[in-house]
Formats: sequence, structure tokens, C-alpha cells
Amino acid sequence: MNTLRLAWDRTILELKMYARERDMVIFSFLFPVIMLAIFGVVFGSEIDAGEKAQGMNAARVFLPGMIAAGVLLTSFQTLAMSVAIERDDGTLKRLRGTPLPPVAYFLGKVGLVLITALAQLALLLVVARFVFDVRMPTEPAAWLHFAAFFVVGVVGGTTLGVAYSSLANPRSVTAVVVGPLLVLQFISGVYFTFGALPSWLQQIAAVFPLKWIAQGMRSVFYPASWAGQEMTGTWEVGRTLLVLAVWAVSGLVLCLRTFRWTRDS
Amino acid sequence: MTTPIQVTDLHKSYGTVAAVDGLGFEVAQGETVAILGPNGAGKTTTVEILEGFRRADSGEVRVLGVDPATADRAWRDRIGIVSQSCTGLDLLTPREIIASTALAYRNPLDVDHVIEVTGLATKANARIRGLSGGQRRRVDIALGIVGRSELLFLDEPTTGFDPQARRDFWSLIRALGEDGTTIVLTTHYLDEAEALASRVGIIAAGRMVALGTPSELGGSGRTSTLAWDEGGRRATLHTDRPTAEIARLASRFGGEVPGLTVSRRSLEETYLALIGPQSAVGNADEVAA
Repeated sequence: MNTLRLAWDRTILELKMYARERDMVIFSFLFPVIMLAIFGVVFGSEIDAGEKAQGMNAARVFLPGMIAAGVLLTSFQTLAMSVAIERDDGTLKRLRGTPLPPVAYFLGKVGLVLITALAQLALLLVVARFVFDVRMPTEPAAWLHFAAFFVVGVVGGTTLGVAYSSLANPRSVTAVVVGPLLVLQFISGVYFTFGALPSWLQQIAAVFPLKWIAQGMRSVFYPASWAGQEMTGTWEVGRTLLVLAVWAVSGLVLCLRTFRWTRDS
Repeated sequence: MTTPIQVTDLHKSYGTVAAVDGLGFEVAQGETVAILGPNGAGKTTTVEILEGFRRADSGEVRVLGVDPATADRAWRDRIGIVSQSCTGLDLLTPREIIASTALAYRNPLDVDHVIEVTGLATKANARIRGLSGGQRRRVDIALGIVGRSELLFLDEPTTGFDPQARRDFWSLIRALGEDGTTIVLTTHYLDEAEALASRVGIIAAGRMVALGTPSELGGSGRTSTLAWDEGGRRATLHTDRPTAEIARLASRFGGEVPGLTVSRRSLEETYLALIGPQSAVGNADEVAA
């Protein structure tokens, strides 16, 4: 049985488990959509006339952050939690005892992340466009950038999530995985305008990938003139891609060096 | 044909504690060997080295002619493993996980057949989360046998089974054994070892202190105990010549001996003597003497 066929079978199995886990569906899949809807409604009156003239509304302000948060929730959070649990409960050991090629297991995880991340993205875009009337970019270049940020963000979240799983176990996942990611969301411009944060906090956030994914997404969905509100006054497209690529490769190297199939040894 | 399992002078320590300390044995093609031993005796470590999950510190290990530490996918295809209960399948159904596991093997058993023989037919499409402990164990067993492996490792397979389920499982294992599958079974149940195994190995303090057929292990030395009623109390006599002793008793009583019972030394008694509270290895010498 060839590896790709097995990887696809694993993907289906992963999707079934994901869809049947209510916590996962709510806190990683639907969470950004729910937040977008809440913010879109609650902050509707905060947008001034000048901003409205530029085609801005509350949902458009928050959409890039919600897409960015969604990327890391469906990739990093899902994998860090599920691999940590599977290592602890013996699932990984059981799979290691079968002829399933390890790469098929990992491709199954990648398949899970890709499909859930794309589905979530589609849902976010549909809700933004048709419920909140968010203006979508029209230039092909913007969508190209968008695809690049999304892919490199998802790949990085995937490799980092698998690597990070070694630090967690089922009893600690909430504290070790969800907590730090939540803090990161607050300091990376997901829930607040990034420009409103003190610069030392911006510097800290700039070390981690989420700030860059969010910034990349803002470059796609905000009016060009809003670039002035970024740390350097520009969108920094090239640097964003570079930082995210370095994170993705680092995550992969960490996985290869630290991955364990069993709790001990 | 190579001997499926050959282990010579195996050593494995965790820190300064020797878990396996010079252990050796062989398992022949088609044999069912039960490995007994108390918790902490080195059973699980030994089996996990054979399964390729742990590396030995020293010693020679050959499983299907290969060092398990370097084993590849083709080797895994020939091995089936039923580990101690694997959770983590809660959200799937038995059919889903058995079918998915079968896909990884070159020549698996039919999924419906496996569901049938493991007694999962009525639960095949139910979430595993809702199954009882014994039913979950059936799923573990189904996952271990679905690959039609030539060598099967069973780690305490019937934990949580009711008596009928154990009997069903025993006939399943016997059928696999009759088909030529080599089986290594670790268990705490001595009756299970006696019922299934062609040979029984007893591990204590990291060594194989006894290895033989159940009757050899149960039947050495002063093996029989006679008991009868005499003078208002129960008299007992240990002997290795029970027939001659019964003839003597019969002539003394002039016919029927009141309340006579004859019991052979059981595997359980041998086992308890071998793993006794002091040095297990020292006790083994006593029993052999």
C-alpha cells in the first residue's frame, strides 16, 4: 500500500476525530469566526467618518487578525495538543508498532491542518464579505501575497506545533499550549490594533510568527495608506515571508531532532 | 527457517537499576510461549526490546532474523502487537480503526472477519468511547491480529474480560496458533498460561528463572499432595509416588480412604516459589534441586 494512499486514509481519520471533538471544533475552528462576528457588531460605531470614507468597517479592521489567529489555532494549537495527547495515551506507540510509514502519519496531520485551515478561511471570508460587507482586495498581487502568507503561516504552525507537543502532556496542554498562544494573540495585533501597543511589547511580539502573519494579512485587507501605522511605516512583505519561513524551517529541524514516539526513552 | 525469537545474555538498565540482567531464551516457529513474572521483573522491558520499542544495553536479540532496534517496515509487516490498553481511539468506531490499520499491512485479514472473531460485531459502528473495558480490549486485540502477522505479541490480553470472554479469546488464540502463528504472551493469569502456552517462561529479577512446558514446571519434584480424613482431622502427605502411597493407605484403611483427594503441584505453586520474596534466582535453584 503506497504511502500517499495511507496518508489520505490518515487524513480522513484525523478529520473524523477532529469533527467529533466538540472542544476542538469550537475553540480552534469556530473561535475566530465567532470573534469576528462579535467584534464586527460591538465595534461597529467606533469607526469614524474618515475611515468609513476609506471603505473601512469594524469587521474589516479585525478580519486580518482573525485569519492570522485561525491559522495558528488550526495548525499550531491543534497539533501541539493532539500530538501531545497521542504520545501520552499510546496512540503514537501503537502506530509505531505497525507498518504505517511515519511520514504517512505526519502527512495525515498536514492534511487535517490544510483542510480545516482552508475551510475556516473560507468561512471567515464568506462571513466577512456577505454578513459584514467587508471590501475584498481586487488586485491579483494582493491575493498572491495572501496565499503566500497563508501557506507559510500554516506550514510554520504545523512544524512548530508538532515540535512544541514534546513540552506538553494531556494534563498541561491548556496551560502550556492554549495559554501562551492566547497571550500571543493579545500582543500580536489580533484583538487590539498593533500600533496601539507600547513599542517594547511590539518588539517582543515581533520575535514570534503570529505578529508577522497578522501584519501580512493586514497588508492584504487594509487600504494601502494604512501601512503608515505599522512599526516601520511599511508592510514589509519580504521580511514577513522571510521571518515566517525561518520559523517554519526551525520547526521542522526541531521536529526531526526531538520527536519521540513514546512517553519515555 | 530461522528461529523467530533468539535472545542471548540480554541486559538493560535504567540508571543503576538492572531491569533485564542476562536474560536468554528462544521461541521456535509456531510455538505459543507465555511469559510470567511479577510487576517490575523485566517482562515488559524484555518484550518492548523484542518489539523494537527499546534498545538493549548489550546482548544479542534476533526477532525474525533481524535486530528489532534496526527493523524496517517490512519487518513490522510480519509482527502483530497487542499492547497494554491503548486509549486515544475514543472518537472512532472499531470498524474505522480496524480498517485503517489493515491498510498498512501487505496481506491483512478481512476486516469483517476480524470484527466477527473478536466479538465486536454488535459494536462495530459504535464510538469506542462508549465501549466497556473488555470491549475496548477486544479492539486492541483486533488491531493486533488484523495484519495476519507471523509473530504476535500479546501483553496481558485478557485484562478486564469476563470468564466467557476469556474462553472466547483463548479459542481465538488457539486457532491462530494452529494456523502457524508464533505467539509470545505475557500474562498474570497462570490458568491462561496453562491453557494457551506450549511453553512457559518465568522472569524474575531480570532473568529467565524457568522455561518449560506447563506440566514440566508444575510437575517437578514432590508434586502430589494427598489429603484424607483421619481421627477427626485432615491428614496430608506430599509425595512424588502418589499411586504407591494410595495403595498403602487403602490397605491401612481396609478399602475406601475417607475424603481422599490427590492434587498435583500446580504451575501457580511453582511460580510463587520461583518468584518468592527473597532472591528469585536463589529460589529457582532450590526448586530445581
